[in-house]
Amino acid sequence: MIAYIIRRLLYAVPILIGVNLLTFALFFVVNTPDDMARMQLGIKRVTPEAIEKWKQQRGYDKPLFRNGAANGTDKFRDTIFWQKSASMFVLDFGYSDDGRSIGHEIATRMGPSLAIALPTFLVGLVVYVSFALLMTLFRATALDMAGVALCVLLMSVSGLFYIIGGQFVVSKLWHLVPISGYSGGIGSFKFVVLPIVIGVIGSVGSSSRWYRTIFLEEIGKDYVRTARAKGLSELRVLFRHVLKNAMIPILTGVVVVIPLLFMGSLLTESFFGIPGLGSYTIDAINAQDFSVVRAMVFLGSLLYIVGLILTDISYTMVDPRVRLQ
Amino acid sequence: MSFMPVMLWSDALVFLLLAAGTASALYVRQREHLMLPWQRVAQSATAMVSLLVLSLFLLIGLLDTLHYRIALPEKNGGETVYSPEVLSVFDKLVTPLRTQTEKTYSAPLAVTLYAKESISDAHGNIAREYPRLRYGGAHLTDMQLQDSDVCWRWVTGMLAGMLVGLLITLGSKRWLAQRGWPLRPLLIATLIISALIGMTINLAVVYHVLGTDKVGQDVLYLSLKSIRTGLIIGTVTTLVTLPLALLLGIAAGYLRGWVDDVIQYIYTVLSSIPSVLLIAAAVLMMQVTIDTHPQWFDNSASRADLRLVFLCLILGVTSWTGLCRLLRGETLKLREMEYIQAAQSFGVSSLRILTRHIMPNVMHIVLISLVMDFSGLVLAEAVLSYVGVGVDPSMISFGTMINAARMEMGREPMVWWALASAFGFMLVLVLAANLFADAVRDAFDPRLNRTEAVA
Repeated sequence: MIAYIIRRLLYAVPILIGVNLLTFALFFVVNTPDDMARMQLGIKRVTPEAIEKWKQQRGYDKPLFRNGAANGTDKFRDTIFWQKSASMFVLDFGYSDDGRSIGHEIATRMGPSLAIALPTFLVGLVVYVSFALLMTLFRATALDMAGVALCVLLMSVSGLFYIIGGQFVVSKLWHLVPISGYSGGIGSFKFVVLPIVIGVIGSVGSSSRWYRTIFLEEIGKDYVRTARAKGLSELRVLFRHVLKNAMIPILTGVVVVIPLLFMGSLLTESFFGIPGLGSYTIDAINAQDFSVVRAMVFLGSLLYIVGLILTDISYTMVDPRVRLQ
Repeated sequence: MSFMPVMLWSDALVFLLLAAGTASALYVRQREHLMLPWQRVAQSATAMVSLLVLSLFLLIGLLDTLHYRIALPEKNGGETVYSPEVLSVFDKLVTPLRTQTEKTYSAPLAVTLYAKESISDAHGNIAREYPRLRYGGAHLTDMQLQDSDVCWRWVTGMLAGMLVGLLITLGSKRWLAQRGWPLRPLLIATLIISALIGMTINLAVVYHVLGTDKVGQDVLYLSLKSIRTGLIIGTVTTLVTLPLALLLGIAAGYLRGWVDDVIQYIYTVLSSIPSVLLIAAAVLMMQVTIDTHPQWFDNSASRADLRLVFLCLILGVTSWTGLCRLLRGETLKLREMEYIQAAQSFGVSSLRILTRHIMPNVMHIVLISLVMDFSGLVLAEAVLSYVGVGVDPSMISFGTMINAARMEMGREPMVWWALASAFGFMLVLVLAANLFADAVRDAFDPRLNRTEAVA
C-alpha cells in the first residue's frame, strides 16, 4: 500500500512538470514580458524605460531559460523559468502585483473558502444521494418522472440565477441574512448559510440525476434479484445492497473534488464577498495579476492530482476486491 | 451596389459547420441503418417539440450571421464608402427594435421612463414627472388608454398568430402524419409558439415589450441578438473538440504503445488543471495579444468577433479531454473484436481499419457527447463573461446582459426586466437543448436499448 502511494506520487511528478511547462509557455512565451508590460502600463504611456522598470520590479528582466551572462548553476537559476515557474514545486509562489506574498495569502484565505465549500459538499452529497435514492425507490412511476423532469429543469437554469435570485429573495426581500460579507469564528454562520444553501440547490439537478443513473444501473444486477428473492424489503435492498455497491462509481466522482474544496468557488465567493481563494482568483483575473493566476493554476492541478490518489486509496476502503499494488 | 457583404471569422466557421451538418445529414439519409436511431428520436414528442424550439433559435442565429455593411450616401470622388457598422440580415428585419432607443431604463410595455425627471412645460414651469418615452407607446395621445391598447394588441396579435399557426398546421398535417411524427404535441407547440410570436410582434411595433436597458436599448432586441453568441459558443467549439478528440482518442486506443502513453500524458496534464482557471489563463493571454496588436483589426466588430472565435478555440482545447478518454476506451475494446481481427488477418491496412471499421462504431459516442455538451457551453458563456474572461464586453451575449443588469437589482424602483429576459431566453434554449440531447442519448446509446429490450 505504502509502496503504491509512493509510486503514484512519483507518477504525479511528470504531470506537474507538464502543467508547469504549460503555464510557463502560456504566460511567458505566447506573450513576451514586454507585451505584458505594455498592456499593464497602457498603450499610450509606454516608454522603453517604463517597460524596463516594470520588468525589473517583477523580476521579468531575466532570460527565459538560460542566462549566458551568469556562471555555474546560475546559468539556469538566474532565469525567469527557474525563479518564477520551477520554484512553485517547493510551494514558493512569489509575490502578487501589490507586493504581497501569494503563499501567505493562500494560507489565510483557505479558511473562509473551506467554511463555504466543505459544508456545501457534505450537505450536497447527503441531499443528492437521498433524492436519487428516493427517485430510485419510486422508479418508473409518475413520481420518478416528475423528479427527473425537475432535475432537467433545475440543471437548465444558469448558476448565476440561483445566486442572484437567492440573494434578492432571502437577503433583500426577507432580510433574513446579510447580502454579503464574512467574519471569522461562530459569527460567520449568518454569512455562510445562504451561500451553502444556494450551492447545494445549484447542482441538485445534475448531481441527483447522475446518482439516479448509477443506482438504476446497480438495481438491474443479479445480486439485487437474489436479495429480493430472499424476501428482503425494497428499502433494505436499496440501503444495504444497492447503496453499498454503488459506492465505487460514486467515489470516482466525489473523492477527486475533496482537495479542490480548498480552492473555493469563484462565483459564490465573489457574489457573497467571502475573502477566500475563489474571490482572490477573480480579483486577480480582473486586475490581470498574472503571477496570482499562475499560482492558482499550479495549486489547482496539484490538488486535483492529490484527489486522484485519494480516489484510488478510497477504493480499497469500500471494496475489498480492490488491491493496490 | 448599396451594400457590401461581410464575412466575419465566426460567420465562416458557422457556414463550415452548416455545410458539414448538411453533408452528414445527406449521408445518413441514404443509409437505413444510420437512419434508424434518428427515427426513434423523431417518435419522441419532447424531442420533436424541443427541436422545433431549437430550430427557431437556429433560424434567428443564422439570420444574424449574414453580415453586411451599407454604403454611406456621400461619395468620395466616385468611390463608394461603406459604413463602419457591421449589420446583419436579422438587424435589418428588426430595424425598429434596433434604432428606437430611449434615454435610459423603462419597464416592459411602459410609456414613461422608470424614474421621475424635472420637465419644464411650455410656460417654463418645472415639474417632477415621469417623462414620456420617445418611441414606447408614442402613438397614444392619452396615457390612460395604455392598458386597453396593450390588451387589444395582445389579443389581436395572439389571434393573428394562432391563425397563421393553424394554417401552418393544417398545411403540414398530412406531411407530418406520413412520417409518423408525433402529431398532436407538434401541432399544439406550433400553435402556442405562433401565438407568442404574433403577440410579441404586434406589441413590439409600438412598445418595448421587455423594456429598455441603461442606455435605452430594447431588451427584446438584446435578448434575440444574444442567441447567436450562445449558439456559436455551443457549436463552433465542437469544431475544435471533435478533430482533436477523434484523432487522438482513436490513435491512442488503436496504436497503443508509446503513442498511447504520450496522448494519455497530454490529456492528463490538460485535465488536471481546473478548467475555469485554464480558460481564464488562456483568455488573459489572448487579451494581451489582442491589446498589443490593434493593427490586426479594422473595426471593433471584427475584434469582438475574433475574440469570440478565440474563446471557442480555448474552450475547445480545454474540453476535448473527456471525449478523448471515452473514445480511447471504446477503441481499446473494439480493436479486440473478432471483425477487426478478421480485417487485420486479411491484410487490411491500419488506416483503412480505422476509417472503415473503428470510426463508424464510435460515432454514437461522439454524437451523444456533442449534443450533451452544447447546453453546458451555453451556460458556461454567461459564467465566463461574469468572471471577466468571456466574450468581448461590446458583444451582445447573455453573459454581458446579466453582467450589466446585475448591479441594477439594488435600484429603487427595481430594474428586473433585463436580468429576467436574459435568464428566461437562456432557460428556454438550454432546456430545449437538454431535452433534445436526452432523446438523442436514449436513441443512440446501445446499452440503454438493451435494457429496454429485456424489460
